[in-house]
Amino acid sequence: MTAPFKDRARAALADPVLKLAIDRTTGNAERKRAAALAAFPEFDAARARGRAIKDHVVAHLDHYLELFEKNATARGAQVHWAADDAEARAIVTRICLAADAKLVTRAKSMLGEEIGLPHALADAGIERVETDLAEHIIQLAGEAPSHIIWPAMHRTREQVAELFKAGHQPPPAAEDPATMVQSARRVLREKFLSADIGISGANFLIADTGATCTVTNEGNAELTTTPPRIHIVTAGIEKLVPSTAHAFALLRLLVRSATGGEMTQYTTFHAGPRRPGDADGPEEMHIVLVDNGRTKMLADEFREMLRCIRCGACMNHCVVYRQIGGHAYGGTYPGPMGSVLTPVLDGLAASRDLPNACTMNGRCAEVCPVGIPLPTLLRAWRRRSWREGLEPGPLRAGIGLWAQLARRPRLYRLATRIGLPLMRLFGRSGWIARLPLAGGWTAHRDLPRPAARSFMDQYRAQQKARK
Amino acid sequence: MPGEPKPTVGLFVTCLVDAIRPQIGFATLQLLEEAGCVVEVPQAQTCCGQPALNSGDDRDAAHLARQTIAAFEGYDHVVLPSGSCAATMVHGYPELLAGDPDWAARARAMAAKTHEITSFLADVMGYAPAGRRLQASATYHDSCSGLRELGIAAQPRALLSHVEGLEMRGLPGNDVCCGFGGTFCVKYADISNAIVTEKAEAIEETGAELLLAGDLGCLMNMAGKLNRRGAKTRCFHTVEVLAGRAEGPAIGEEAP
Ligand code: SF4
Repeated sequence: MTAPFKDRARAALADPVLKLAIDRTTGNAERKRAAALAAFPEFDAARARGRAIKDHVVAHLDHYLELFEKNATARGAQVHWAADDAEARAIVTRICLAADAKLVTRAKSMLGEEIGLPHALADAGIERVETDLAEHIIQLAGEAPSHIIWPAMHRTREQVAELFKAGHQPPPAAEDPATMVQSARRVLREKFLSADIGISGANFLIADTGATCTVTNEGNAELTTTPPRIHIVTAGIEKLVPSTAHAFALLRLLVRSATGGEMTQYTTFHAGPRRPGDADGPEEMHIVLVDNGRTKMLADEFREMLRCIRCGACMNHCVVYRQIGGHAYGGTYPGPMGSVLTPVLDGLAASRDLPNACTMNGRCAEVCPVGIPLPTLLRAWRRRSWREGLEPGPLRAGIGLWAQLARRPRLYRLATRIGLPLMRLFGRSGWIARLPLAGGWTAHRDLPRPAARSFMDQYRAQQKARK
Repeated sequence: MPGEPKPTVGLFVTCLVDAIRPQIGFATLQLLEEAGCVVEVPQAQTCCGQPALNSGDDRDAAHLARQTIAAFEGYDHVVLPSGSCAATMVHGYPELLAGDPDWAARARAMAAKTHEITSFLADVMGYAPAGRRLQASATYHDSCSGLRELGIAAQPRALLSHVEGLEMRGLPGNDVCCGFGGTFCVKYADISNAIVTEKAEAIEETGAELLLAGDLGCLMNMAGKLNRRGAKTRCFHTVEVLAGRAEGPAIGEEAP
């Protein structure tokens, strides 16, 4: 699907409001992260530890999964296993229908997006209410998240005011942020209290206690998971950590990398449903552990991607993301991490553009708090795409021709001797403004006119003259 | 060091320098000789294979890697006026040939003695240019591969500080990619254009007369955009300034 990605990218590039919104958010995130790291001299050590924790868990995933299931079950939670997105959707809808649920509140979870939960709930005739402020915004707009930390980061304050005016009854009295937040609170509060089921994601699954851990900045996860009768957690199996201490080690990395904060506002642990004597909490707790390609990654060259803690730093620092935003990527996860994950989830044939649409500048890997070598993984996808013949014919032919020429130094010299003067014919003064077959270049920039004689020619002539 | 044999250097010229701007090659050659090296330019060299490597065409890339290794095995050092081609040899070759019993060790040996020119001059040879003058203001863009794969940041700046009269100005976002990315700039021309446009704006805002960088690919991208925008910024490879050759025509200027 070469055209769709390029079309989406082109549309995004033509939208100045989108660019403004992206610049505001990612620019802030970049500055705050830099400041947070400057005040955290142990960052490198913390990063090495985080990486080691994730690698350890990934290497012993079966062990920790069993441990987690045992401990979560002992706490009264019901653990379900989903091999893929369809199975995950089916499990969640089955629980909802069995409980005769009419209204479901949901706290942000990218995994829910990954498995297509919003659609599945709609198809089952269940009303779904997003409780995260940003998710609420995109639900009003009928969109998908465009960033894993700020799902509505592509929308400006002004656009949000419009959405609230149209979507809230009664509409907010003014357009200042405080009034708008009040308005959203009022609308959402009713839903919190009348929901039958709350669905949340998890940032960590803690093996030795069987608890799940969710962090938010708004406290909406608490309101989503506490009042309803049933709480469903959906999480990828790579979210496991051995213990609470390990979760905190990763949390320090996550928060600083994501928002530049030192701590999230809310960090909640859910360990089973309400017990006799508990003041509140759901009567039932279900945990759906989702594989969806993850064990396959375990066995191949994308294994390191399982370290990802979904902080979003890679996209905030990506030159491509910052030009086109998250929707242009077309998958659940955007940016560099998404370009590695989307081919796993959607297949390489449908997403071969993503690993290619990267300049390989390495900034994503530099900022990744768990040291994922994103460019190396993107190159692995390119290699696979080349091997499977998914790369477009003209590119294959061009690279092949170039390689054939470059493998024959004498022929290569001859070609430059003929080619350079020919190419010079397209130039006026020192620049070429239009060159056949190089339209991608000259559409946007001039090309310096090549030398009349290559370095090699000139050098050889000098050497001869010296002798 | 009198009495000690001079190190031999095989100069890899890079395909872009060879075709587009040979004076970068000559400036590199001059600096290496001034630093006390015996320099040769092996004739069997062409392209380091980066376009194939970055496109996922490992077979062709491996062929070019073997060809390049064979051509440069006899020297104490391999030096290039490009961070990205140097990074291809330092990191790409050993990875490409890791599974090849005949070539894995040779690739590692090549990687161990391959250097980008400014890091070679500063770190290995302890060289500093003497008696260079250039009355101009300049700004410097850190090209990504050199910066992140080889740690090149301090060396070019230290070397440039020896050029009398040269006023260096900071470039906001100096470590942000210019959008070149090899084949990326033609495969995703619109995105690349948006990125280089921002870069050009940042360069113009510094008000510097010159833009310097250590990779001709990135320089062509930025210079081509600056020219299309009608900016007067003149673009040079760092070695041209270091070798005292920045009085002549800049990239895209015709020799009189
Ligand atoms: S790949 Fe790294 S930087 Fe990107 S979201 Fe995952 S952990 Fe964060």
